[in-house]
Amino acid sequence: MVDKAEIMMDTVAQTSIQELRSNIARRHLIQKLAFGTLWAAALAAVGMLLAITFYVIFNGFQVINWEFLTTPPAGGLGGEGGISTTIVATIYLVGITTTIATPLGIGAAIYLAEYASEIRGARGVMKTVVNVVRFGVETLNGVPSIVFGLFGFALFVTTLQFGFSLLSAGLAGACLVLPVIIRASEEALYAVPRGLREGSLALGATKWQTTWKVVLPAAAPGIITGVILSVGRIISETAVFYVTLGGSLRMPTGLMSGGRSMALHVFYLATETRAFDKSMGTGAILIITIVLINLTINILSRRLSARLSGG
Amino acid sequence: MTSTRTKLEVNDYFLYYGDFKALDSISVEMPERAITAIIGPSGCGKSTFLRSFNRMNELILGVRTEGAVKMESQDIFSIDVVELRRRVGMVFQKPNPFPKSIYDNVAYGPRAHGIRDRAQLDEIVEKSLRRAALWNEVKDDLHKSGLALSGGQQQRLCIARALAVEPEIILMDEPASALDPIATLKIEELMQELKEDYTIVIVTHNMQQAARASDYTAFFMMHDDRSGYLNEFGPTKKIFTAPENKETEDYITGRFG
Repeated sequence: MVDKAEIMMDTVAQTSIQELRSNIARRHLIQKLAFGTLWAAALAAVGMLLAITFYVIFNGFQVINWEFLTTPPAGGLGGEGGISTTIVATIYLVGITTTIATPLGIGAAIYLAEYASEIRGARGVMKTVVNVVRFGVETLNGVPSIVFGLFGFALFVTTLQFGFSLLSAGLAGACLVLPVIIRASEEALYAVPRGLREGSLALGATKWQTTWKVVLPAAAPGIITGVILSVGRIISETAVFYVTLGGSLRMPTGLMSGGRSMALHVFYLATETRAFDKSMGTGAILIITIVLINLTINILSRRLSARLSGG
Repeated sequence: MTSTRTKLEVNDYFLYYGDFKALDSISVEMPERAITAIIGPSGCGKSTFLRSFNRMNELILGVRTEGAVKMESQDIFSIDVVELRRRVGMVFQKPNPFPKSIYDNVAYGPRAHGIRDRAQLDEIVEKSLRRAALWNEVKDDLHKSGLALSGGQQQRLCIARALAVEPEIILMDEPASALDPIATLKIEELMQELKEDYTIVIVTHNMQQAARASDYTAFFMMHDDRSGYLNEFGPTKKIFTAPENKETEDYITGRFG
């Protein structure tokens, strides 16, 4: 190895210095070209995203006013009325899915990150189970959401006879966001320094005390980020709720009521009515909500780094 | 050296990581209320040996041990591990305060063991911080984050945290290697005070530290198969002035390592 490297250095040293000088203009040119291309690509990407956002928001704001937000949609081909019931249905849906998915997801993540790692080297059934679970989580994360919808339709709507309802939609939505919460929480747990765990165990705290009192609090901002991400996912999800929530315009009154989320309303307005402007208006509100959610995540992750460095 | 009673006794102790033999037949007796330094070249198993006393090696998969480790003649593997770690505290190489307040850092151990009474906790926190020579620096900021302290203060906070559960032994794994010389000196002074009440075992890379701060020295070396063994053990003065083995002399005079 050493000999080879030395020989190579020798040949390079004999031929390169002259060449480097004549190369220099060409290298600068290539640098400029590469930089220019990257810059153009970035500009095009950001430009497109901004164009979509501003187009929707600009057009949407033509119809957005207090009345639009507070009156129920009237239905029909004209798409009369506002979006109040869809806002309520969306909030209910977010509440139900996060209530179901958060404890399950965090629990699974704690198991995978804190407990399963202890048996990672072990042979036999447990190791297989853990690997299958991990692989399952990875796979579910990439499955198209309509597949979750079909599953929800088959299991919750039909077999369990929950019908088109917030309950069916909430359960199907929980299945959809579980992988999001599990992965975000698992990563947040892995990011907790090993020294903290050892420090706690070395004081005679049990594994569970260590997990509950030291590891979870340190991982909390990352876990909360995962939960908020899943809220965003539910707000913007359409396919799952198309086949589990129905499309009722009425104000939802309980778990068994059907309904229509905002994203679903955008779909219905655009495909079944002439009220394309109202579809845009609803879309604009969705975009603003998601922007607010992402801002919250940014603030949280900044807090995380501040907290772990002693701020 | 106020006492020569044996606190820790290791007899023909082996430790394996899977198939790799990390420690080869260690036998040593460490006296009570004294500072025993463990020195030796990198990778000879000093930290692994230290972590045997509070069974921290059990956190690593595939670790297997043979032989006996006894604390006051009691086999440590027969003691409940939670109780063992309360009795055998540990200070780590890198200060690792919890991302909690100074108060909560020190109160963590007592709380984990079931102490809830606020007044009692207050007393433990103050006593432990005083014992760790940190009280005067932090008494007005007990609710500040432990991570906001300097490195040396963080390490003394970790010592206070360990003292709060009333251990008998304190294991220190290169506790000053991440600290500046002044903070290092403070830790060494503190060790001298603590050995009045505690048995201290310290791993150090710093030969001068071992020479000036310890009462006994265990010199570790490794065989050709990289397994660590105890080359020489004795009073620090003797190890540093009249070592019996050639390797010990070569190591302490800086000829290798």
